Amino acid sequence: MANLNDHMGRPIVAVTGIGVVTSLGVGKADNWAALTSGKSGIHPITRFPVDHLNTRISGMVDFLPSSSKGSSHLTYELAETAAREAVAESGLDSGDFGGPLFLASPPVELDWHDRFALYNSNKLDSGGERLLRVARGLKELDIFETTQFGSIADRLADRFGTRGLPITLSTACASGATAIQLGVEAIRRGECDRALSIGADGSATAEALIRFSLLSALSTHNDIPEKASKPFSKERDGFVLAEGSGALVLESLEAAMARGATILGILRGCGEKADDFHRTRSKPDASPAIAAVRAVLADAGLSEDEIDYVNAHGTSTPENDKMEHLSLSTVFGERIGSMPVSSNKSMIGHTLSAAGAVEAAFSLMTMRESVIPPTINYDNPDPAIVLDVVPNKKRNAEVRTVLSNSFGFGGQNTCLVMAREPV
Amino acid sequence: MSSPRDVVITGIGLVSSLGEGPDAHWQKLAQPGLEPVLEAARFAPYTVHPLPEIDWNLQIAKRGDQRQMETWQRLGTYAAGLALDDAGIKGNDELCTTMDMVVAAGGGERDEAVDAAILAASENRNDRDVLLNEKLTTELRPTLFLAQLSNLLAGNISIVHKVTGSSRTFMGEEGAGVAAVETAAARIRSGQSTHILVGGAFQTEHSDMLLGYELAGYLHRGPWRPVWQRQGAEGGGVVTGSGGAFLVLEQREHAMSRGRKIYAELGPVVSGRARRPRGELDAEIAALLKQAAMPNGKLLALSGASGAHTATIAEKAALDANPAIAARGFSTLTGHMKEAQFPFAVALAALAVDRKAAYPVFDAAAEKPFEGVPATVLATAIGYHQFEGMALVNAA
Repeated sequence: MANLNDHMGRPIVAVTGIGVVTSLGVGKADNWAALTSGKSGIHPITRFPVDHLNTRISGMVDFLPSSSKGSSHLTYELAETAAREAVAESGLDSGDFGGPLFLASPPVELDWHDRFALYNSNKLDSGGERLLRVARGLKELDIFETTQFGSIADRLADRFGTRGLPITLSTACASGATAIQLGVEAIRRGECDRALSIGADGSATAEALIRFSLLSALSTHNDIPEKASKPFSKERDGFVLAEGSGALVLESLEAAMARGATILGILRGCGEKADDFHRTRSKPDASPAIAAVRAVLADAGLSEDEIDYVNAHGTSTPENDKMEHLSLSTVFGERIGSMPVSSNKSMIGHTLSAAGAVEAAFSLMTMRESVIPPTINYDNPDPAIVLDVVPNKKRNAEVRTVLSNSFGFGGQNTCLVMAREPV
Repeated sequence: MSSPRDVVITGIGLVSSLGEGPDAHWQKLAQPGLEPVLEAARFAPYTVHPLPEIDWNLQIAKRGDQRQMETWQRLGTYAAGLALDDAGIKGNDELCTTMDMVVAAGGGERDEAVDAAILAASENRNDRDVLLNEKLTTELRPTLFLAQLSNLLAGNISIVHKVTGSSRTFMGEEGAGVAAVETAAARIRSGQSTHILVGGAFQTEHSDMLLGYELAGYLHRGPWRPVWQRQGAEGGGVVTGSGGAFLVLEQREHAMSRGRKIYAELGPVVSGRARRPRGELDAEIAALLKQAAMPNGKLLALSGASGAHTATIAEKAALDANPAIAARGFSTLTGHMKEAQFPFAVALAALAVDRKAAYPVFDAAAEKPFEGVPATVLATAIGYHQFEGMALVNAA
């Protein structure tokens, strides 16, 4: 009889369903095959013209029916697709899920194509005044829905029959991890036996790309797209904007076992710490990231020695990778040089609001398959970052526990620890 | 029966067209027949309740920080600072670094001039996607993106006020405010947190912020009317207002151990998602009222009703159906503040409990007087489009 409560007497949280979509494909099977063969999903941008743009590559998801329909529709389809896979795997009712929904998704805005169409349907006034004039004559709610921050979750709640008020959240690039954390906390509080946590991001519009570009956050290595994302390398020059989704069905271990569900892994702990240093940069001593890693270890009831592998945030920006290395080497000491630390983003790019959920999905698969996906494009190591990044080729390894890091603009630092077995 | 893990309110930060701070709001709102502050010209045919004059320096000391934000983030950071001050937490390093935070947020302001120029140029261009690249790459202020990001209100609160225990941002109009308060309360009750900053802000004086309602025709047009009296008038019934509301929620034991004044206890917080196209809203509101476990006897209700016709009719009918309830539709005096609406309702409820007095009617034609001391007050936010929530606020 397994122990059903953790070291703090809280219900243990199991994962019983996993779903994922990235530029590498739909579903776990395709993604895992590509990821473990070191294949990159980064490719030239075709969704919109790239005239005047410094960055002309991305990890956009271009193969879904909504890929050309704007970020709200694509984000919904990404979320729905990943959640469908996760709920199906869990064996729960896909139309009557029966637990709360936590959705990490990008902030919404009126799409430029809609903005242009509305504006050019009238000639009176100009600017915002004209848009308002046209808006009040609209007969359909389609465009309105794309501008409401709660609408994607509302549709998902209808689709999957989740319970109660769905929570849509943003903690920038840590959002996916926060969605999982909220699910874990709800189960630990005994509010529910199960939760559906989704991170989805289909917001790679021209404007989004330009905004990140203006902050000098993106790689401009356009010539060989698949080589552009190179975490921990000396010549890394920014992240690659990408899209994707990850979904987890979380259940109390007790409820999962009672219904005979397959336990895919354990969500062992969550930790967070906000940074007050700067809107985009981390405190130079990495103390908030260090505190987040220590918080997740404490929450998981594990010592530094008990983490087998780190699924790094590893964005490929000069700043993040340096700061992440500093935080890991501070917490894990000398052992960090021999601990595998790899970045999925080397292959899928940075899926922003989805990243924490996508990478949690891959972390769980890493343990189940006993294979660590590599950090590709690691041809020229940054000498200041001494890590075993599982360079360029996958590695077979027994992995019992994973630390997954997510760090974001606005001082967001969230870490998850997952385990293969309940104890 | 009080318990050490009760959720209590120890700090309130408010900004609206009526002024700033709990005292100013109480003094104004306690005046019978108070007239709203209205701006009917700038966004005609829409009326808004504009921001009062604010000296940002009082809560955001560094000009550099102020420059990094647009009005929405400044407003939220300012209101958060008021709440932290009020709770005696601001500047207390130990309390700030261990304080959790849940912010209810939409998005920040776009650059209206850049957008207008692009739209104007689009009238003569067929290659609009190229036009977009051309203009956005050259005319956008690089850091404007950060002033627009939803989670950067929380980010700025961390930077300016040093709240760094944790930082989460919920999105989704009124529902975000409901979920923020509900989740914060649940974390305190379960021992996951001892003190949390929770709230939101809304800056309506921007065409995009009005557009967010008007794409579905939700805004009231023409002469202003109180929130309960907009049925049959031109437009959709919502009059918006700029404002912000932050609360410091604290575990009772934690508040008492540091000897803080307690405004009120936050009782049950309940939320729901009626499938409104299926006609579930009436039943959902009734169910939430039941779930909130209201006490026997008369009850003051601070209603966040937006004025949106369908939702407001449904809420009014549900409140009127219980003769014990005396509702106060505060949007009549503040306008609808979207993500901040529910935290604002809870704050006004806490003030009434603390001052041991009810608010006079905000609309003599539609509201009834309340005599006596309100020991328990109901706060509601029935979303103008989706999501519903309520809370009971009890005497400390």
